[in-house]
Amino acid sequence: MVKITFIDSFGQHRTVEAEEGTTVMENAIRNGIPEIVAECGGGCACATCHVYVDEAFLEKTGKPSEKEEDMLDFAYKVQPNSRLSCQIKVRPELDGMTVTTPDRQG
Amino acid sequence: MGEAIVTDVVIVGAGPAGLFAVFELGLLDIKSHLIDILAKPGGQCAELYPEKPIYDIPGYPRVNGQELVDNLLAQIEPFHPTFHFGEMVERLEVLGTPEAPSFRVHTSGGEIFESKVVIVAAGGGSFQPKKPPIEGIEAFERKSVFYAVRKMEDFRDKHVVIVGGGDSALDWTLNLHPIAKRITLVHRRDDFRAAPHSVNSMRELVAAGHMDLRLGQIVSLRGEAGELSAVVLKGSDGEAEIACERLVPFFGLTMKLGPIADWGLNLHENLIPVDTEKFETNVSGIFAIGDINTYPGKLKLILSGFHEGALAAQKVHRYVYPDKRLSFQYTTSSSSLQKKLGVN
Repeated sequence: MVKITFIDSFGQHRTVEAEEGTTVMENAIRNGIPEIVAECGGGCACATCHVYVDEAFLEKTGKPSEKEEDMLDFAYKVQPNSRLSCQIKVRPELDGMTVTTPDRQG
Repeated sequence: MGEAIVTDVVIVGAGPAGLFAVFELGLLDIKSHLIDILAKPGGQCAELYPEKPIYDIPGYPRVNGQELVDNLLAQIEPFHPTFHFGEMVERLEVLGTPEAPSFRVHTSGGEIFESKVVIVAAGGGSFQPKKPPIEGIEAFERKSVFYAVRKMEDFRDKHVVIVGGGDSALDWTLNLHPIAKRITLVHRRDDFRAAPHSVNSMRELVAAGHMDLRLGQIVSLRGEAGELSAVVLKGSDGEAEIACERLVPFFGLTMKLGPIADWGLNLHENLIPVDTEKFETNVSGIFAIGDINTYPGKLKLILSGFHEGALAAQKVHRYVYPDKRLSFQYTTSSSSLQKKLGVN
């Protein structure tokens, strides 16, 4: 299992155990993480699972695809470390990663 | 205001559940009109994931959203449904009695329908433009901030800021350019997902000095009494003001329940409770099928919407043809059903 910590916009930490091969978004929904909406259910079609990835893990999570960049245009307060959590696959290298959620998803 | 359109059933929403309901109703000689806020049929399938494969439609190991919609349209073609796109049902008047219901339905486009039955197949609600989370933006809405261009005259001789990188943003940049005083297109990156020829036209205008392109995100608005005087842009090199009188942000669509909330239906967490025999709501003659309804054990699957439409049609028949007995028939063997489908 891979440990991933979600930090909400109030600063509260929640750590979940994520299975390899699932997406970060799926683990948020399964664990009732607030501030992740995932309106489209993981289709990279809505930009409501937007997170900021911890700088230390940016290289490991890789760059957003073109399609994901297009969707990030619809997100708010996009930063260089912005990602859609439905497009981040859980891998052992991501163990200990923290992601922060924005104060709203639209 | 024109004359009311008289029909058996008004279906609110032209997604898969609404489309297949046309088929089940058609087999029972019931005519329907469909109303949808989008400009095309298919609902979420066509709007959110036209190219995504779906794996849980019975009989299709794999079908993408648009293929499913196209097949449904072909399947209901024999029943000649009438579509009313780009319209939202705003008001619903309950006429008649619980035993013999009838309704008057008013759309945002000013159309009026008179029907015996209303089937709500509105999925997650109606698609509406997303609003950027800029503090105080509400005070400027409809005066100087618009989420769609309805009247081009509102933009004549104004300095207009358009936000976005898709086709809506680029199309309106090019369309408003001849009449606006100055257009500034704001996008968070120098990469656009709009059609390449519109991006090229925009870049030519920028190169010739006829309009501006700025990269970044709008973080606040300046102005008074709903009249915008400037927007504040946050780019990679800090914040800057752009003087302007109009702001048109294109941030995509989100689903909102919308006016359905005011139709007198019981609601449970923005869903409409129904029974599982007829999928009828607390108001006789109003049914709810697909993702918008709820009942014990509900699964938000397209196949559930199909099943619900088939069962609802049986009860709809009683309202539309109170004196006719309904006998159950199969399309494989019934010559009368085959005749309706035009295959016999």
